[in-house]
Amino acid sequence: MITVEGVSHRLGKRRALDRVTVSFAEHRVGVIGANGSGKSTFARLLNGLIVPDSGRVTVDGLSTARDGREIRRKVGFVFTDPDAQIVMPTVAEDVAFGLRRSGLPRAEIARRVTEVLARFGLAGFGDRPAHLLSGGEKQLLALCSVLVTEPATVVCDEPTTLLDLRNARLIGQLLVGLPQRLVLVTHDLAMLADFDRVLVFDDGRLVADGVPAVAAAHYRELMR
Amino acid sequence: MTTVGLYHPGTSVLHRLPAGAKLAGLAAGITVLLLLEDLRWLGAAATAIVVLHAVARVPARLAIAQVRPLLWFVIFLLAVQLLLTDWQGALSVVLTLVLSVALAGLVTLTTRVSAMLDVVESLLGPLRRVGVRPDRVGLVLALTVRGVPVIAGIAGTVRDAHRARGATLRPWALLVPVLVRVLRHADALGDALAARGADDDADVAAPLRQPTTRTRTRTRTRARTRAIMEMRTPG
Repeated sequence: MITVEGVSHRLGKRRALDRVTVSFAEHRVGVIGANGSGKSTFARLLNGLIVPDSGRVTVDGLSTARDGREIRRKVGFVFTDPDAQIVMPTVAEDVAFGLRRSGLPRAEIARRVTEVLARFGLAGFGDRPAHLLSGGEKQLLALCSVLVTEPATVVCDEPTTLLDLRNARLIGQLLVGLPQRLVLVTHDLAMLADFDRVLVFDDGRLVADGVPAVAAAHYRELMR
Repeated sequence: MTTVGLYHPGTSVLHRLPAGAKLAGLAAGITVLLLLEDLRWLGAAATAIVVLHAVARVPARLAIAQVRPLLWFVIFLLAVQLLLTDWQGALSVVLTLVLSVALAGLVTLTTRVSAMLDVVESLLGPLRRVGVRPDRVGLVLALTVRGVPVIAGIAGTVRDAHRARGATLRPWALLVPVLVRVLRHADALGDALAARGADDDADVAAPLRQPTTRTRTRTRTRARTRAIMEMRTPG
């Protein structure tokens, strides 16, 4: 269960979130809203990247303010720009980065890296320079780097925005098929069609919360 | 796209050697190069380095890419040395520099960065007692290597944008937009590192630190970056 209680947060002088309260335990939750509506700030609350100015965020009973280390183990985060989340020079090294301090034996780390790369179509890419991958391959790498740590929840902040249609579909299908709980921030309403629940943000407030069709209708109304 | 300092996968003897042995060999090799003055010996060293590249099956273009960035500096150095000494002495200095960089390039081409980090972290291990965090030093080194192609890519994009608008290419005109993009990239990378738990060891080392400190610092950095971008970004 993820619980957000009375959360307000400012980014500089701008009010990014205003008294947001919501809790959810569904498997797939979408988050939509206009640019600057607060949806990315909301996503960043969920793995402790942002600790709110006021209010409380808990994930499976853990507080993001108090238990940041545990939260980041449980909640993986995929950003919009895959270039900005690649830390190491080669594909395999980048996937292994999150496991460097795990205490796992090297052979087990190598096994997990090989397994996750194969699962997401990057088998044989291990020694390639990460910066020479295509945009879609980079986002796959970012996803692998998150999933190799085996988080219980994956939060994605517009992971398909910078991708072409084919790669966006591929990443979208992979995300929807994940066994983990998924919180997906997106502008792609079609991707959310089969989601359990969709939250709509506007000007830092949660203005709608429901099944995809109802939430999407509310969002379209806002965009008029 | 730059190919400087990138691992070139392979299964050669050099690839299989432990990173520590290669780094020790590099230190010894550069020391020997510094001691050689006779051009015949330097020629022999150059031949040995070419043979080592062949043993590692490094393509010639990759090997040349490691030393190509030195071109203008080498020309400048050669000119200065010719003013100070005879041509043999000048050539000796330049060859020593180029061969040292080529040797270092060979080590980076045949060694994974993670293997180098392991060596650096184990060498710096004793410094933990005086507060040095070897893992952090290793991370900084990794980010430095990773930063080379990123910054080269950013500079290329900004240069292309200037060309597309028909602007005259002036290096100082590129400086601010490149700097802004690099800052923005650094900000996003900081978030990615935090999200992947890179900060979490520090949380263990300093359990009394308030978690909001990091967020506030990042917010201030973002505000500064935004202020620069608002000044410089057209439209």
